[in-house]
Amino acid sequence: MPARENILARIRAANKAANVADVMDSSVADRLASPPISPLPKLEWDPEGQFKLRGHESASTLDEIAQIDELPRAVTRYLSKNTLPTKLVCWPEFIDLPWSAEGIQIESRGAIGDDKVGLTGSYCAIAETGTLVLLSGQESHATTSLLPETHIAVIRRSRIVKTMEDAWQLIRGEVVSLPRQVSFISGPSRTADIEMTLVYGAHGPFRVHVIILDQ
Amino acid sequence: MELTSHQFKSVSSAKLKDVKLQKALYKAKDGFVVPRAKVVAELDNFEEIRQAAADVRDHGLAHLDVYLEEWEKQAQAAGTIVHWAESYEELNALVVKIAQDNQVKKIIKSKSMVGEETGLNRYVEGHGIEVKETDLGEYIIQQAGEHPSHIIAPATHKSKDDVADLFAEKHQRPRLDDAEKLTHEAREILRPHFLDADMGITGANFMIAETGSTVILTNEGNGRMTTTMPRVHVAISSIEKCIPTLDDFALMMRLLPRSATGQVISNYVSMTTGPKRAKDNDGPGEFHVIILDVGRTRVLGSDLRDALRCIRCGACMNHCPVYQNVGGHAYGWVYPGPIGSVLTPAYNGIENAIDLPNAATLCNQCGVVCPVKIPLPDLMRKLREKQYERNLKSSAEKWSLRLWAYLALRPKLYSIVTRIMARVGKLLGGDSRRINHLLFGGKDWTRHRDLPAPRGRTFRDIYLNRNKTTNR
Repeated sequence: MPARENILARIRAANKAANVADVMDSSVADRLASPPISPLPKLEWDPEGQFKLRGHESASTLDEIAQIDELPRAVTRYLSKNTLPTKLVCWPEFIDLPWSAEGIQIESRGAIGDDKVGLTGSYCAIAETGTLVLLSGQESHATTSLLPETHIAVIRRSRIVKTMEDAWQLIRGEVVSLPRQVSFISGPSRTADIEMTLVYGAHGPFRVHVIILDQ
Repeated sequence: MELTSHQFKSVSSAKLKDVKLQKALYKAKDGFVVPRAKVVAELDNFEEIRQAAADVRDHGLAHLDVYLEEWEKQAQAAGTIVHWAESYEELNALVVKIAQDNQVKKIIKSKSMVGEETGLNRYVEGHGIEVKETDLGEYIIQQAGEHPSHIIAPATHKSKDDVADLFAEKHQRPRLDDAEKLTHEAREILRPHFLDADMGITGANFMIAETGSTVILTNEGNGRMTTTMPRVHVAISSIEKCIPTLDDFALMMRLLPRSATGQVISNYVSMTTGPKRAKDNDGPGEFHVIILDVGRTRVLGSDLRDALRCIRCGACMNHCPVYQNVGGHAYGWVYPGPIGSVLTPAYNGIENAIDLPNAATLCNQCGVVCPVKIPLPDLMRKLREKQYERNLKSSAEKWSLRLWAYLALRPKLYSIVTRIMARVGKLLGGDSRRINHLLFGGKDWTRHRDLPAPRGRTFRDIYLNRNKTTNR
C-alpha cells in the first residue's frame, strides 16, 4: 500500500518542517486512554426541563407516562389526536404490551418502505440539546426510527443525561464497543435548501413524538 | 472539479449584475447570520470553547500520523475496509472498483465536498453506474447540472421559481409553487432510490481515532438513509478530518451546528463504526473508508497550516462581504468565501488562483466567527506576500506598491503629495462629492461604485490642527 506509507511519511515530514510546539499537556497515549473533557458551558438547568425545552424547540412533541403498561394508551392518544394510522412496527422490547386492547396492530421487526409509524426505545437522551441517542443492534433496528413518517420514541427519565460527554461516559461504561451506528436524533427531519424556507419531512420522519417513562 | 478561479473578476462582475442571484444572496445572509448570533450568545463561554476547539485541532494535526494509525487500527478491528488515496484519480478509481466488485448499478450519495474535489459523480457515471445525490440542495444542482455555490447550502443561489421550473421539467409533473410541496416531491422521487440502491457514498465530517468511527451531520436524514439502506457503504474523507476522541467530538459539536446553521445540534448526527454486525438486521454488509491526501500535507508543512483546522461550517463565507455580494460560483472551485480563498490556491497552486486572496477587504469578520480560530485574513495576507515574492503580481500593482513605499519612507514628500491629492480629489468630486471615474488601476474600482471624494484636507492636517486646539 504505497499511498498509505507515502501519506504518513509526508505528514511526519510536514510536521517536522513546521516545527510547531504541541499546545496540549497530555500525550497522545494519555488522551486516548483517558480522554479529557474540554471546558463546558454553564449547565445551570434541570436536565429534564432542559430536555423538554430543547425537544420542543426542535419540533418534537412530548408526553409522559408513569409505567410501561401505559404505553399503548399513550400511543393511541397521540395517533388518534393526529389522525395517524394505527398500524405500527416496533423494537422487540415493546411487543408484549397490551396493544390489541387499544386496537393497534403492531409487529416487532425492522421497518420497510411502506410502514407509517415506528416505535423505538432510546439508549439515553441528552438534555443540553434535546437529543435522543439510539444505538443500532439486533434488538434496536435502525430503520424503525428512519423510514416511517412518524417516529415515536420512549425514553426512561433516569436515562436523561446532561451532555454528549455524559452520554459517552455512559456508553464507555455499559457497551463493550460502539455498535455499527450511534444515531443522535433531535426532532423531525427538515431542510431549508429552497430559499431558506424551513420544511419538515425531507427524507426522514415528519414527526417525532417522545414519551418520557418514569420507571 | 475543474478550476476556474482565474476568471474571478469577470465572473464576479456578472454575478453582481445578476438580479435573481442578488436576491437569493440577500435572503441567505440573514438566514445564516442572525440564527448563528443567537445560539452563539447562548453559550456563556463561547470564546473559551472556541479556543479549546482550536487547541484540539492543533494537537490532532501535530500528531496526525499517530491518530490516523490509531483510527485505522480501531476501524479495521470493527470490520471497516480502509483505503488511502494520493490523487483524485486514485480515489475515484477505488470507488469504481468497490462498486464493480459488488455488482453495483445504482449509488445514492449524501453530500461530500471531497467528492466535489475529485469530480466523483462524473467519473462514476462514466463507468455506467447511476449516482443520485440525496441532499435536497445537492439534488437540485445535480438536476440542473451545476456545481454547489456553498459548502452547506449548495443550491443557495437558486430561487424557489428556479427549482419549480427545474422539477417540473425533470420530474415531468405539474409545476409546484411552494418550498414545502417541492421538498415533498423530491422526497417522493428519491424514496424508491434509497430503498433499491446498491451502494451509498457519504463524506465524513470527522473521523474519531479513539473508536475508528466516521461521523456525518445532516438535517434531512439522507445521511442516515445512505449509511443504513444499501448493502455497501463507502465514506470518503481526507486526512485532516481526524480528531482524537469522542469527547473531542462532543466539543466540536457545540461549535459546528451553531456556526453553520444556527442550530444547537444538527437533526441527525450519525456515527458509523464498521459494517452491519452478525446479528443486526439492517446496515451495509461492507463498509469502506477512503482517506485522501491531495494538498493537505503540503499545507501542513507550510505557514498556512492553520487552515487545516477548518471544520467546514461555512460561517466565514456567510459573514464575508465579498461572498455576500458575488456568491460562491465566482470563486471557481469547491470551497468559496475566505476559506476558499486560502484552500484553493493552497491546494491548486497560488499561480492558479491569483485573485482569490486579493478578493478580501481583510475586515476580519471571517476571523471573528471562525469556530476554530483560523486567522483567515493573516493567511490571505501571507498568500499575497507569496504572490509578490514569486513575481506573480501585475506590473501596475508592483509599481504602485513601489511608489507607495518611496513616499511612505519620506514624510515631507508624503505630506506634500497627499495635500495635492486631497485638493485635486475635492475638485474632481465636485458638488456630488463623489468620484465616479478613476483612471489606470482605479478604473476597476469605480466600475461598480463611486469613490467618496476627499474633502480637501489630509488626515495629518486635521490631526495637527486638533492637537493645537486641545493644547490651548
